[in-house]
Amino acid sequence: MSELSVNHLLGIKYLNKQDIQLIFETADHFKEVINRPIKKVPSLRDITIANLFFENSTRTKLSFELAEKRLSADVINFSASQSSVKKGETLIDTVNNILSMKVDMVVMRHPNPGAGVFLSKHVNASIINAGDGAHEHPTQALLDTYSIRERLGSVKGKKVVIVGDILHSRVALSNIFALQLQGAEVMVCGPKTLIPKYIDKLGVKVETNLRSALNWCDVANMLRVQNERMDISFFPSTREYTQQFGVNKELLDSLDKEITIMHPGPINRGVEITSDVADSKQAIILDQVQNGVAIRMAVIYLLASKIKQ
Amino acid sequence: MSQKVLLNAKEVNIILHRLACQLIENHNDFSDTVLIGIQPRGKFLANRIAKMLREEYKIKNVQLGHLDITFFRDDFRRGDKPLEANTTEINFVVEDKKVVFIDDVLYTGRSIRSALTAIQSFGRPKGIELLTLIDRRFSRHLPIQPDYRGRQVDAINKEKVKVNWAEFDGEDSVYLINN
Repeated sequence: MSELSVNHLLGIKYLNKQDIQLIFETADHFKEVINRPIKKVPSLRDITIANLFFENSTRTKLSFELAEKRLSADVINFSASQSSVKKGETLIDTVNNILSMKVDMVVMRHPNPGAGVFLSKHVNASIINAGDGAHEHPTQALLDTYSIRERLGSVKGKKVVIVGDILHSRVALSNIFALQLQGAEVMVCGPKTLIPKYIDKLGVKVETNLRSALNWCDVANMLRVQNERMDISFFPSTREYTQQFGVNKELLDSLDKEITIMHPGPINRGVEITSDVADSKQAIILDQVQNGVAIRMAVIYLLASKIKQ
Repeated sequence: MSQKVLLNAKEVNIILHRLACQLIENHNDFSDTVLIGIQPRGKFLANRIAKMLREEYKIKNVQLGHLDITFFRDDFRRGDKPLEANTTEINFVVEDKKVVFIDDVLYTGRSIRSALTAIQSFGRPKGIELLTLIDRRFSRHLPIQPDYRGRQVDAINKEKVKVNWAEFDGEDSVYLINN
């Protein structure tokens, strides 16, 4: 088993356990590569990758771009705000125009759920979903679970709680799939208004009390409140949200065990976690960012190896 | 499939001692030299030579690393089988050192070409030499020759030279396999 079962990375739900294992083992090698004095390998020098960002992103875009450059791929960047999308061009036309310039792979972030799946059926390139609306963000879930594996030895049997805005979060959904695939127990915790109905059908526990959730878990993944996706009020005020669902040092110290704190970024310091928690040894937030490059290198490398010449 | 023994355990042992002595002739106390086994199969030979230098010839500071060349190969996406990576362990700086690449079989020379590129990620060595147990003559694709050679073998392309190591394959031996 040294090949992915898929030709695109559209979501964790399309992967199997062996795929994740292969991505992690490949990422281990790339992690060693990016800690060398010269961090670049020539594998993908005949591959061109287009980064299409129809929605804002800093970390993910930088991380993908760095991963691509470390693999020696040629990279072109595109963001919707400066493009003909504004002039009324359709997604397929936009992408086909880019592909006619001999592009082999597309990394896409799009506000509409399913945009990646749609594109994969209509264009001839390998697609990596870098976030599609509130649907999936597979590379984030891979780097999150990879970071758990790195910190705690394995993902299997670990208890992970995802705290915050589950309703609007693609990170939550991808994480649930990735954690369950690797044998972890998953709980979601947040205000009732931000937890989707029927989420228990995915086999996750639901908790609305943060202290109980933290007492149960080994790892807490703190999500950002996505104000930009909220057209109505889901909770009375940010201050009230912080009082009930924000993690601070006192709360962590009062637990009877030391849990690991994760955050996919960007952090709203003082809202979902306080600064002293974000900067503490229990937090692996910056490890997640570093692992993000290694994971994305692994995904791009493995998908590129399936593109025939 | 037929196979022929090219070297048995005793012959392998004699050759390894000779190679170790040739290295000592050129590198004295190894203070300026590092040994690099090329993954995957060169690792066993490199481990063996390093152990011999340390234990039998009492050389204290033998530095040994393993280099994986997967991401530097020139046949990515060209074969049917995907390339599988191995671990690289180089816990020292190669800047200004004499590097000795160690591999079990030298065939087309393409692995060594990749290794020459890969090692540059760890600095600029003073010089690079190549030690190989088996040198398959007349089959090079590139102008690369070994500095230390165990045995020269004439084999045609459809034949395969397989080096076995006691610690991994159960015995020290070299076979010529005809498919």
